[in-house]
Amino acid sequence: MSVIVRIPIALRKITADQNSVSADANSILECVESLEASYPGLKERLCDEAGEIRRFVNIYVNGEDVRFLQGLTTPLKDGDEVSIVPAVAGGGG
Amino acid sequence: MAVTVYIPAPFRRLTANRSYVEGHGQTVAELLEDLKTRYPALGDMLQNEAGELPAHINVYVNNQEIHSLQGKATPLKDGDEVAVIPAIAGGQDLTPAQMERYSRQIMIPQVGPAGQRKLLDARVLIVGAGGLGSPAAVYLAAAGVGTLGIVDHDELELSNLQRQILHHTPDVGRPKVESAQETIDRYNPDVQVIPHRVRLTSANAMEIIAPYDMVLGAVDNFATRYLLNDACYLTGKPFIDGAVFLFEGQATVFIPGRGCYRCLFPAPPPAGVMPNPSQVGLLGVLPGVIGVIEAFEALKLILGLGESLAGRLLIFDALAMEFRQVKTRRDPRCPLCGDAPTIHELGDYEAFCSSPAAGHHVGQ
Repeated sequence: MSVIVRIPIALRKITADQNSVSADANSILECVESLEASYPGLKERLCDEAGEIRRFVNIYVNGEDVRFLQGLTTPLKDGDEVSIVPAVAGGGG
Repeated sequence: MAVTVYIPAPFRRLTANRSYVEGHGQTVAELLEDLKTRYPALGDMLQNEAGELPAHINVYVNNQEIHSLQGKATPLKDGDEVAVIPAIAGGQDLTPAQMERYSRQIMIPQVGPAGQRKLLDARVLIVGAGGLGSPAAVYLAAAGVGTLGIVDHDELELSNLQRQILHHTPDVGRPKVESAQETIDRYNPDVQVIPHRVRLTSANAMEIIAPYDMVLGAVDNFATRYLLNDACYLTGKPFIDGAVFLFEGQATVFIPGRGCYRCLFPAPPPAGVMPNPSQVGLLGVLPGVIGVIEAFEALKLILGLGESLAGRLLIFDALAMEFRQVKTRRDPRCPLCGDAPTIHELGDYEAFCSSPAAGHHVGQ
């Protein structure tokens, strides 16, 4: 399944400044592994040592937070849009 | 007697868009008859079925409401200025100057004089007078939000001026709440600014927030954001939040009971994982965009207009010049607003955000 992954600006150094990349995956976990294969270092930014999605990073499928779906096992289908959204603190202070 | 009659913006479509028309009469009653003859549509607004002046229309002669004079028998003399001002529910009205100042928004049917009154009666707390708080405060003040609390502990630095438009070059070194108050006074003297020159802490947050209708977050660190989130939930206040990083911004609204920042991001990044926001460059226009979106959300909440960002996180990518949104939800497992909450009072947010355990999910 080919999906589009939206990359936040905080992670674009890893994706050579691309704001969206494609991945071939049947689940969020496969998507993360596929991203790691293409862009080494990305998985560590998304998942902790236990392999769980970090608590300050959200992954969405078509706008739905996978924590409210099936987490990393959330299935993907062709054309899905996966968004990675990290917590952001800045206030221009 | 020839007098000048001030026509407020909402009535100008009835007087060929004229702000002032000439009127004639020895008394207010005669003047109203004269106006009815020459501007029938306006005349219809100035009388009820009984032919009397409707209760929601106030008539001023030289800025004095006629009930404090002799009512419709109030005599007129050459050169008097008369104003006919529609009051709003509750009997509180707007001055002629306010009708003029806010005319472009009062003419919006969903705002009107009643909406303007709501804005003037509203109390919004802006936490942070920096890059996000500046544009938010300027637009809320210009729109006539009657009370703006501003929390900021800092003094203005020269490097702030590139984005913090509440302050000006001569203000460098002054407390930001002071220069903010002066700037807002110059924009709009209708607005009462309440400066809070403190750092928001667990000890003072509830007390500071309590008198306000809602909180507009414009803070630059996670600890204060979680503190504000918890304090807003515990005091039942809507929390409008915004954040920026480099070329990207986020904005959302948390309505108590419909999800909170902890539902969105259960824990902050561990200290050191993310760069300190003050060490990341940005163009001032980025917090400008996000701060103005926050201000719009505040105005919508006050006026009861449209659909708020509650339930959605808006993401702005300035490089792509693209807005996207994702859904936010109340998490039944949320320790603050979930089904079995464990947070009932404010805690130690510095520790929460600097702990090595931050970013890990504890207790599940």
